[in-house]
Amino acid sequence: MASAKPLILTKVLVFILAALPFLYLLYAILKQPGLLGANPAEYLTHQTGSWSLRFILITLAVSPLRQLTGLVTLIKFRRMLGLFAFFYVTLHLLVYIFIDLGRDWGHLVEDILERPFMTIGFLAWLLLIPLAVTSNRYMMRRMGKRWKKLHRLVYVIGTLACIHFIWLVKKDLQEPLIYTAIFVGLMLFRLPPGFFRKRIQT
Amino acid sequence: MLIKKNSDIKPSEITDEKHYQQRRHFIQSGLGLSAAAALPGLWLPASAQAKTEKLQGVKKSPFSTKQKPTSFEDITTYNNFYEFGTSKSDPAQYAHTLKTEPWSVTVSGEAAKPGTYHLEDIMKDSTLEERIYRFRCVEAWSMVIPWVGIPLATILKRFEPTSKAKFVEFTTLYDPEQMPGQKRNVLNWPYVEGFRIDEAMHPLAIMAVGLYGKVLPNQNGAPLRLMLPWKYGFKNIKSIVKIRFTEKMPQTTWNIAGPREYGFYANVNPNVDHPRWSQARERVIGTGNLFAKRQQTKLFNGYEDQVAELYSGMDLKKYF
Repeated sequence: MASAKPLILTKVLVFILAALPFLYLLYAILKQPGLLGANPAEYLTHQTGSWSLRFILITLAVSPLRQLTGLVTLIKFRRMLGLFAFFYVTLHLLVYIFIDLGRDWGHLVEDILERPFMTIGFLAWLLLIPLAVTSNRYMMRRMGKRWKKLHRLVYVIGTLACIHFIWLVKKDLQEPLIYTAIFVGLMLFRLPPGFFRKRIQT
Repeated sequence: MLIKKNSDIKPSEITDEKHYQQRRHFIQSGLGLSAAAALPGLWLPASAQAKTEKLQGVKKSPFSTKQKPTSFEDITTYNNFYEFGTSKSDPAQYAHTLKTEPWSVTVSGEAAKPGTYHLEDIMKDSTLEERIYRFRCVEAWSMVIPWVGIPLATILKRFEPTSKAKFVEFTTLYDPEQMPGQKRNVLNWPYVEGFRIDEAMHPLAIMAVGLYGKVLPNQNGAPLRLMLPWKYGFKNIKSIVKIRFTEKMPQTTWNIAGPREYGFYANVNPNVDHPRWSQARERVIGTGNLFAKRQQTKLFNGYEDQVAELYSGMDLKKYF
């Protein structure tokens, strides 16, 4: 177990890095409201939303990166990154409910039921719950092969997240389409080799 | 697109753009100041006043709301002006490239006096008024803004629209060098807006040239922009260079971009939702309270008593 110590240190470092966006927003709220701009509710909703999608993409990038670099240890960070994705999506939802919507429960139900982009976003959060719950080692072991199947839900979640983003912008699709392109790229990587052409036999 | 060729002029021989502009500004401000002395109380070109200087002789108006205005900081840093980028902070950051002087407006169509007018001629002999208006964006946020301007009707009548002028169309400057946001096809440039002539002639409708008693900042649509406070913000076209009187309803930019989402009238209406979000309530900018509740949106943005008549008998759900 010679490599155990650097791994823990790296994990702590990654944890701190992943928490930085949250800490920054917290600092802004408590100490520097000016950083939140003229429309703090909108700013916080957008920031937590962007970080949600980024962490979903970062988590999805772990496997391809491991294959490309051959660094097997990368997989040990995937659970933490995935849980951060769940953390930021939950934060996104809480900001929307408690700050943007102002605890207006009647409109919460109306928004989720009547506005398709909201329905999709809410659904993505719901689908993340079972993944977060079963992310621990015990559940992994207990579920065996079914675990992998269940966690493929993240492909659906990523798709919903991209649609949610595309659907909510007023006109400028550039930013959501960049995220979507990265997502599509990460999904293409998961296709079995030779999906587009016959494998070259040696 | 302009493809630049290498020229024989050495870079050292070319006057730096910044210096050229400074010189130009220096000359113009000298001319402007002498005019300022001659005509107190009237509108003057931006060059006559440092951007931070107060406009002189601004009259108060009974049309102003008693509500507390949003801060100058918020009004000038949170803008939708896609000509400078689609982020709210882009206009404040990039609008300095817009040259608002000299500025002229081309008038055409169903009017007895078409032509190209200098801004100074359009504004001459008009008394500036402060109009503190509620401002409601189609994105469901709102401000209270102390504009300075003159009634739009005063300007339009100068061009003597004929009886065929049923509508009036306005166009924003198109110059991707000055307005870098136009390099991307986010909207169908140039930005065009239009109104029924009776809407444009309504006493609440103004041509704004100032904000908080000062010359209008570039990011707010300098040197002249519309303000019809009962309509969603996007109708209030900025940095206007063309006015055209027409018999037919003009094609307007946001209506072309999303006909189901942005109507020609675009009157503030809490009962007609945007297809993707509710218009029933609005986020008030600058409350300073992170947990502030949204505020109920009022029909015609609270100007129902003054403007409802314009739309009597019309189905506002159909003509949104």
